[in-house]
Amino acid sequence: MPDYKWPEAAKRTLIGKRITRLDGPDKVSGRAKYTYDIKRPGMLYGKILRSPHAHAKIVSIDTSAAEKMAGVMAVKIIQGPGKEILWAGDEIAAVAAVDEPTAEDAIRAIKVEYERLPHQVIDTNPKVPEAKTPVEETKGDPEKAFKEAGVVSEGLYGSNVMTHCCLETHGSISEWQGDKLLVHISTQNVSGVAGQMAGPLKVPATDIHLKMDHIGGGFGSKFGPDRWGIETALISKMAGGKPVKIMLERNAEQAVAGSRPSAYARVKVAAKKDGTLTAWQSESWGSGGPSGGGQPPLPYVFVFPNHKKHHTAIATNVGPTRAWRAPNHPQGCLITMAALEDLAAQLNMDPLDFFLKNIEMTGQRAENYREELLKGAELIQWKKNWHPRGDKTAGPIKRGMGLSLHTWGGAGHESNCDLTIQPDGSVEVKMGTQDLGVGTRTALAIVAADTLGLPLNAITVRIGDNDYPASGASGGSTTIGGISSSTRRAAVDARDQLFARVAPVLNAKPEELEAVGGTIRVAGTPARSLTWKQACSKLGGMPLTVRGKQLRNQSDLTNSGVGGIQMADVSVDTETGIVRINKMVAVQDCGLIINRKLAESQCYGALIMGISYALYEEKVMDQNTGLMLNPNMEFYRLAGSGDIGELVVHMMTGPGYDDRGVIGLGEPPVVSPGAVISNAIANAIGVRVSTMPFTPARVLKALEQKGGSNASV
Amino acid sequence: MQAFEYASATTKQQAVSLLSSTMGDAEILAGGTDILSLMKDDIVAPKRLVNIKEIKELGGIRAAGGGLRIGALVTIEELAESPAVRQAYPGLAQAAAEIAGPQIRHMATVGGNLCQRPRCWYFRNGFGLLGQSKDGKSLVLEGDNRYHAILGNSGPAYFVHPSSLAPALIALNARVRIFGPGGERDLPVEEFYSIPKSASDRENVLQAQEVVTEVMVPAARGVRGATYEVRQKDAFDWPLALASVALKMSGAKVQSARVVMGHVAPVPWRSQEAEQALVGKSLDETSAKAAGEAAVTGARDLGHNAYKIQLAKVAVKRAILQAAKRTLA
Repeated sequence: MPDYKWPEAAKRTLIGKRITRLDGPDKVSGRAKYTYDIKRPGMLYGKILRSPHAHAKIVSIDTSAAEKMAGVMAVKIIQGPGKEILWAGDEIAAVAAVDEPTAEDAIRAIKVEYERLPHQVIDTNPKVPEAKTPVEETKGDPEKAFKEAGVVSEGLYGSNVMTHCCLETHGSISEWQGDKLLVHISTQNVSGVAGQMAGPLKVPATDIHLKMDHIGGGFGSKFGPDRWGIETALISKMAGGKPVKIMLERNAEQAVAGSRPSAYARVKVAAKKDGTLTAWQSESWGSGGPSGGGQPPLPYVFVFPNHKKHHTAIATNVGPTRAWRAPNHPQGCLITMAALEDLAAQLNMDPLDFFLKNIEMTGQRAENYREELLKGAELIQWKKNWHPRGDKTAGPIKRGMGLSLHTWGGAGHESNCDLTIQPDGSVEVKMGTQDLGVGTRTALAIVAADTLGLPLNAITVRIGDNDYPASGASGGSTTIGGISSSTRRAAVDARDQLFARVAPVLNAKPEELEAVGGTIRVAGTPARSLTWKQACSKLGGMPLTVRGKQLRNQSDLTNSGVGGIQMADVSVDTETGIVRINKMVAVQDCGLIINRKLAESQCYGALIMGISYALYEEKVMDQNTGLMLNPNMEFYRLAGSGDIGELVVHMMTGPGYDDRGVIGLGEPPVVSPGAVISNAIANAIGVRVSTMPFTPARVLKALEQKGGSNASV
Repeated sequence: MQAFEYASATTKQQAVSLLSSTMGDAEILAGGTDILSLMKDDIVAPKRLVNIKEIKELGGIRAAGGGLRIGALVTIEELAESPAVRQAYPGLAQAAAEIAGPQIRHMATVGGNLCQRPRCWYFRNGFGLLGQSKDGKSLVLEGDNRYHAILGNSGPAYFVHPSSLAPALIALNARVRIFGPGGERDLPVEEFYSIPKSASDRENVLQAQEVVTEVMVPAARGVRGATYEVRQKDAFDWPLALASVALKMSGAKVQSARVVMGHVAPVPWRSQEAEQALVGKSLDETSAKAAGEAAVTGARDLGHNAYKIQLAKVAVKRAILQAAKRTLA
């Protein structure tokens, strides 16, 4: 049986080291081509006509004027008379034209008559229509537990709808070559999108060739071709197969190409006088579109002996939600960690002590959390800097500290890897995966090179093409586990086959050989070795190609379940309500790390994205017009480099971590930032700001209400 | 975008003749940081766009009449970095340096900053300057007005004027020079702005075919000046409130004051109440706070923007306290 298991620490030459991403120079120099950059010969530009109404029925559409315009090559109705439109921005018609302005003019020339219907776009009121039957769950005897509690804390916590705000908007270029389709598309799912296009286009998936080298952000919103991607291919066909490009305009991206559902909850938490948690109760609701949003996991991470929870999904006439980096976890985390911190404050307990006291309630990863909390406390000097709720120092600037815990799965997805060793010694890895900017290319090269005893630059990595062996979509933090495992298997098999070829030359048995430092040698015996090139020349005329397969739920190389903790040190200007991040610490485990530098980079990115959603990001909807008011990057704010403070990342590695195998990291570190910042603000100013993002208006309002009816929090 | 004609003028006379006698039929292109997005978003649809960047005499900063003459085509970056401006008018240099980000500051011009259109999200989403529904109801009053006016908001205009330079220039009692079919005229920057009464009005007194050519800033001897912006993000963000002050000192006491707020009203908002509150006072936390309170006399919130009243007070207070720390010009 081949021995696939990851090399032990002393034998890792590249795995776990800090390695700079391979495509860095291409990206910073502009040589890297994103879908947005691609221009095909004779390419036409497509535009989509979108509904200006949040809820309406289409009465009639007249495309005749658009069809007659010079330069217009195709006009197609997407949703015709009789169709009910459920959100503003939904697709009505598509056109292809020789240039963008002409396409834009053609869109404007299409006349649509709508019958307007009542709409609801605001979701802060739990009484607006239910999207589905509310979910209720009771465990233990919460009523009794609350009655017998030493202390009970109550609060309202919430998170508004926000968008994915991909810097590269959604879109694709489609062109027909006879009956075959070539698609360049911005996607998280290189191997899977063709299968989704085949049905609507009525062509075999095998006739759809799909490519993507680089992507400017997906965050869970780019798993499918989307209706506009299907329409791009259809209008290309109408235009004689010429390439047609549709990339969403910024306002469409913000309005319809993905959002994170809101979540609001009235929470009651009970504990004994010594701080031992006993009961949880929550009434939650949220939305982000006609079918409601996801249900936040409540209570988060901590498993209570007694709980009662009720969740209502609210239907709104807003562009639908999509998976947003750790779906539902940031909301569940904010609600839970804020409620727990409020309880700790009521008990006059340092939340660090309070969380440690209850840490066994986190289940099997309790020890991991304990270790991480202590590490985080050291990195942010928690015991020195923390103070009881409400900074008593003079002046308007108040400083506070917060902490939070989070979890995620992250086992590897199915993945196939073809590894080829040429007789000249060159090595190629091919896989139908995608590099979302996280370093997938680099990780493939690291695993192959480490296994074959080669330097990183000896490996050519080819990804981003569905002609390559299929690999899973990049969602759920499943990529690194999947692609590293399939590559490891391919590389081990290829290495062992090469050993078999060269063993006779070295007068040894294959199992006595090792691949080290660019040589194949008898283990521990440099005198009996061949250079890599010499060894490969023994392959004869045929290159050696090996397929490595990582199956679903195959857990010898990858695993599921991580824990992380974060801490924040913030300053709040109590005269303006403006929150500034002084420092944030992320302590995170993810099993065996393939590339420490890019693992840390994932965490830095997650902290920055988290600061951004905690302080700035909100999809502002207008009830009168049914429109998104900030479908731009002006009033839809993203954090800049001046807004993020000092960020410290610590990865948990070594025994107890490495031996779990490779686990995904894309999502977990983005879960806690909202919660830690919320807790740090409460600690600074002595009052909870209930809803995220924590804007000046909300901070000032909370300060104004301080000392009112909610004086206990 | 509506197809349009592009014309480039090399003299101001030429610019005037290229502009249309019907307001809106032609628009001026200088830095292009606002007009191009207005056109792309179909908020304005001129038949002709008149480039004025080639008019040499509209550039440059030079000494004039004891003060400075600043050309309309001077970029925000040039203004912020000008030693003459930084030395004599630190509050103006500060206002310039805080605008947007480096890319915008290198393109945007002084004239454009003064003449830019409001950022009101109803206006920018196609509901007209006043943000009204088809039946004339104010979408601002009924909708989300978190960034709207707290002063001068008796209607029908509720947007805030976006210029960050105008409050600083008004505090300095600067004048704006305008060239038009009838030749040249000039007026205080303060009088350049007007609150529109109808959707077809504009936010300033520029007539069709008129061009802002330069700004004249008088000497500011014995004046302490500063600008304070309350901004949510560290950079590249609109102020939520801004205040610029110019305090003429007599020894340690304020002899006279000019206090102007931005982003609080449909026009840059001069507060004589705040100015009066400062006269005869020495500059300290108490007098600055009192001036801040006075500055929002008559302020009213529209439902979602009450916090801006607090922010305006703080902006005034902090601008005064910053000015107090400055060495006299």
